[in-house]
Amino acid sequence: MNNIDFNTKVIEMKNITKKFGDFTANDSIDLTVHKGEVHALLGENGAGKTTLMNVLYGLYEPTFGEIYINGNRIEIKNPNVAIKNGIGMVHQHFMLVETFTVVENIILGMETTKSMGIIDMKKATKEVEEISKKYGLHVDPHVKIQDISVGMQQRVEILKALYRGADVLILDEPTAVLTPQEIEEIIQIMKNLTKQGKTIIIITHKLKEIKQSADYCTIIRRGKKIDTVKVDEVTEEDLASMMVGREVSFKVDKKDADVGETILNLDNLVIKDNRNLKAVKELSLELKRGEILGIAGVDGNGQSELIEGITGLRPIESGTVKLNNENITNLTPKEIIEKRLSNIPEDRQKRGLVLDFTVGENIILENYHKEPFSSKGRLNHKKISEYSKELIEKFDIRPRNDKQMARNLSGGNQQKIILAREISNNPDVLIAAQPTRGLDVGAIEYVHKYLIEQRDKGKAVLLISFELDEIMNLSDRIAVIFDGKIVDILDAKNADEKTLGYLMAGGGVKNETK
Amino acid sequence: MKQNKFMITLISIMFGLIIGGVVLLIAGFNPIEAYGIMLKGVFGNPKYISWTIIRSTPLILTGMSVAFAFRTGLFNIGAEGQFIIGSLVATLVGYFFKLPPVIHPIVAILAGCLAAALWAGIAGLLKSKFGINEVITTIMLNWTALYFSNYVVFWDKFKRPNRDASQKILESASINILGKWKTSEAGKAFLKTNTFLKDLLNPPLNYGFIIAILVAILILYILKHTTLGYQLKAVGHNKYAAEYGGINIKKNIIVSMMIAGALSGLAGATQVLGVSRETAILAAMEGYGFDGIAVSLIAGNNPIACIPAALLFGGLKYGGGKLQSTIGAPLEVINITIGVIVFFIAMPKLIKMMTSFKVRKRGEKVESIK
Amino acid sequence: MKVLNDIGVIIGITLMYAAPLIYTSLGGVISENSGVVNIGLEGMMTIGAFAGAAVGYFTKNPWLGFLAAGLAGGMLALLHAIACVTFTADHVVSGIAINFIGPGLALFLCKMFFDGAAMTLPLDLDNKIPRPFNGVFPSNSFLNLVFNQYATVYIAFILVLIVWFLLYKTRLGLRIRSVGEHPRAADTLGINVYRVKYIAVILSGIFAGFGGAAMSLAVVSNYRITLISGQGFIALAAMIFGKWKPQGAMWGCLLFGAAQGLTVYLGGAGLGISSQILAMVPYLITLLVLMVFVGESNGPAANGLQYENDKN
Repeated sequence: MNNIDFNTKVIEMKNITKKFGDFTANDSIDLTVHKGEVHALLGENGAGKTTLMNVLYGLYEPTFGEIYINGNRIEIKNPNVAIKNGIGMVHQHFMLVETFTVVENIILGMETTKSMGIIDMKKATKEVEEISKKYGLHVDPHVKIQDISVGMQQRVEILKALYRGADVLILDEPTAVLTPQEIEEIIQIMKNLTKQGKTIIIITHKLKEIKQSADYCTIIRRGKKIDTVKVDEVTEEDLASMMVGREVSFKVDKKDADVGETILNLDNLVIKDNRNLKAVKELSLELKRGEILGIAGVDGNGQSELIEGITGLRPIESGTVKLNNENITNLTPKEIIEKRLSNIPEDRQKRGLVLDFTVGENIILENYHKEPFSSKGRLNHKKISEYSKELIEKFDIRPRNDKQMARNLSGGNQQKIILAREISNNPDVLIAAQPTRGLDVGAIEYVHKYLIEQRDKGKAVLLISFELDEIMNLSDRIAVIFDGKIVDILDAKNADEKTLGYLMAGGGVKNETK
Repeated sequence: MKQNKFMITLISIMFGLIIGGVVLLIAGFNPIEAYGIMLKGVFGNPKYISWTIIRSTPLILTGMSVAFAFRTGLFNIGAEGQFIIGSLVATLVGYFFKLPPVIHPIVAILAGCLAAALWAGIAGLLKSKFGINEVITTIMLNWTALYFSNYVVFWDKFKRPNRDASQKILESASINILGKWKTSEAGKAFLKTNTFLKDLLNPPLNYGFIIAILVAILILYILKHTTLGYQLKAVGHNKYAAEYGGINIKKNIIVSMMIAGALSGLAGATQVLGVSRETAILAAMEGYGFDGIAVSLIAGNNPIACIPAALLFGGLKYGGGKLQSTIGAPLEVINITIGVIVFFIAMPKLIKMMTSFKVRKRGEKVESIK
Repeated sequence: MKVLNDIGVIIGITLMYAAPLIYTSLGGVISENSGVVNIGLEGMMTIGAFAGAAVGYFTKNPWLGFLAAGLAGGMLALLHAIACVTFTADHVVSGIAINFIGPGLALFLCKMFFDGAAMTLPLDLDNKIPRPFNGVFPSNSFLNLVFNQYATVYIAFILVLIVWFLLYKTRLGLRIRSVGEHPRAADTLGINVYRVKYIAVILSGIFAGFGGAAMSLAVVSNYRITLISGQGFIALAAMIFGKWKPQGAMWGCLLFGAAQGLTVYLGGAGLGISSQILAMVPYLITLLVLMVFVGESNGPAANGLQYENDKN
């Protein structure tokens, strides 16, 4: 707070409107940011916060409205203009070239060259090292992006902006993929930067972090600005209701678990990743009827490989998976589905749906070969349509049209198709991976309701999520995965964020007990 | 949506013809005269119409072959080689087997299809087993097929002496329409009085065209109404989701390649049994497979649409052939025209822009092509 | 000495056959590293072969022909770039179109300029691409067999080095690779993605054109309809074989050239193997090598994807 210079309005956006065809993503939004402040933009997914920042960064041209930087009206036609005016942006999905080194990524577009366009790598490396020292952002300049952690990648992104002389940094959902410890680090980094006169805008939907890091917060809902508030003067609940437009309860209502016998038994699993390295390392875990077991962990600790191994999409090198005491290790995906293990995949557009199929065709994806949807190799379009319409109604999928292409549905409704399909399989075990990623509050509540319903029916749910809040709210037990192993299992009632964060960062590995 | 796609195709064809005309104009020919000659060359005589159909038949099938593989997300550059294998095996069966009529061509066609299916299956197998890009394997298999066919034709029991070709197939294996009757006394007498029919039947008109249409319907049925079609399309649209849903991707890749191969093989077999009656020694590719790629693209990878697309293609090629003999214009203008058509089909965005521009200029509110 | 000379013959033929492929393959490497799939190499190579032979014939200067070939290939590539980059065409479809237009135009022009003949008139032997080491080594010696090559062979190998340097050591190369891997990232850094792709695609056409000319001005001395048939595709295969790297593509071309060399050698050795069987060998060897050593290979991450910056 004490870094703010209220006399200097670094950014002033006036009356910004951005339309995509008939859709208005930003509707006359005003935004003022002073030098040295951390300004949060709060809103649900799809509220228009990222669009607004893309306008500021020159990725979109506004339909109407004006932008002033340090008091001067600037038309930001492309990122070059933004960069020239001291604006840098770190996108939610990092804009890094995986196969390039740190230095190559940082200098791209502003390469230091000798004659004839030959890159002066020595000089570039030195420059990068200087900046990283100045702002306390330490990275090894010569490693490739694909070999470093997400937290490191974020540093590279920030360095990229600073290398271009950014005075204003836009951070889009900077904490989405970080561990609690890394989140603390990034908050510290933000503080350091404002001390050195930088200004920061963070886009987020996480209330706690706004309270921890921001000075001011502008709330956007459905493309409209609701208010700008001083963070000290509001509570998380205030922010939440402004964001959603109604009262929200953070607590998920659920009864105590009525735990039954073990239904899924993972014993000493070893699974390799795409680079043929062991990603899951002798992992053992038991899942019981009537419980939600959450797996907490940072992205890239073997979660994806574990799910793919259990569901038959990836070979299991050694160890066994038992479902209802029956060995299902390395069966085909089809056989495993038949044994009543279903999966809500972590990447719904890649794994979960055939986007160019209709909603109806997607609903029968796992059952197209069965009666009544087909007989003797012939599809029964009538039966398929009837059944899909039934599920569309039951799961409230919109629009109510089984002939609509899945591609044309919103993220929330796409997820509902998957949910409808998997739950209608009536599985004994449901593996839910990132089930609410990218969904808005309403859809999140909806998904959570169904997961708890599964549990209350005496089924078992294995929940994998990078959102610690989600894990803590939903789970009965929490297993922490680190480096391909379960490092500890806690009762959800006794688990606190600090302990989990410590374990997720590998803190528990040394005192591992068998 | 569908109608727009159709419009884009029509506009692309128009552009192709216009630019072909411009090329002719630059080269010093009168394009209107040239197109007149081509039209006459296709429709001027029942005989020409027959020839156009005969020229188009293999292209319908190779076009469908490419289209079918595309639907499963595979790019079948190998239609050429599968065509060669299909015609070789059909010739072998047509010459060496002694079977009654009707049965003989059926056996020869099935053998040709099967051989070509297996041939294409190699590419499918290599893709699913080793992950090798089917574009490379089918290119290599095309050349292998060509030399292999030549090798077999050089076999002294098979080669026709003093000719760069194999023995001709037996009459019993022919699929010509009224082939025997045409040359019989009664037939000759009848045709003398009916010149239209005489002209129509003069070229080696055969059942291939009818077979191709029936197969197009069959393929459409498979894609739309069977679980096999559902699986293949799922794999083509999103193999990750298909795999997740329990569909065996590897098997489907092989099956898809084999069906595509069978279609190209069928093209080769009907060509041999209906038109050429022999397998020639080839110095270079004949282009049936590559032309099939263009047909498939013009048809928007729709099996039924391959029929008109192939007729257009066959008509252009046959009619274009007349250009050289009449006004001395190189018939390659046809390849340029076809290339331009495909080129514009590749750019729906450009056509959309042009049509919406026109709309704006006129100041009316007309739905532009979306 | 016989054995050594035989090896010399094989190496010599290998280099001769590989050179045109290397040019074209390098073209593919440049284009696809920028994210534009170039299946139209065949068409670009063919137009280059014609332009090279025709200009070489009329000017009696092979180097003018060589440059004209690059120009012709580059112009055809410009069409490909317009389609794929500006109008977000499917790269494969546009490439197929190029493969109809290129050879069609080549033969059309050939017939226009050469009285309806389907081949250009051959160059005088003195007007072919020169052989810099001609007469340096004793004739029929091993060194002569290996090194007495047309200048285009040497240029091809020099270009491998240059392209490698371009891609990995220069600003343009870094940008080419970045738009092929992650065009949005490049865009957010203010790189003009479209321009970089245009440059890369046009360069690829120029290289393919050179490849064609290396056939029509050196390996043989005219253009004819069957001259290129399929070599552009082989070059494409070599590029995939070489995992989209210039040096890898070179090895792919050399492998294919070596298989050709071996075939020609065995054909001449009088072993009684059918020439048709021998002709299959290079293709089968390529398949086998792919199966045993290469397997699945993935190019640049955004290769073949249409890129549109969604400004509006």
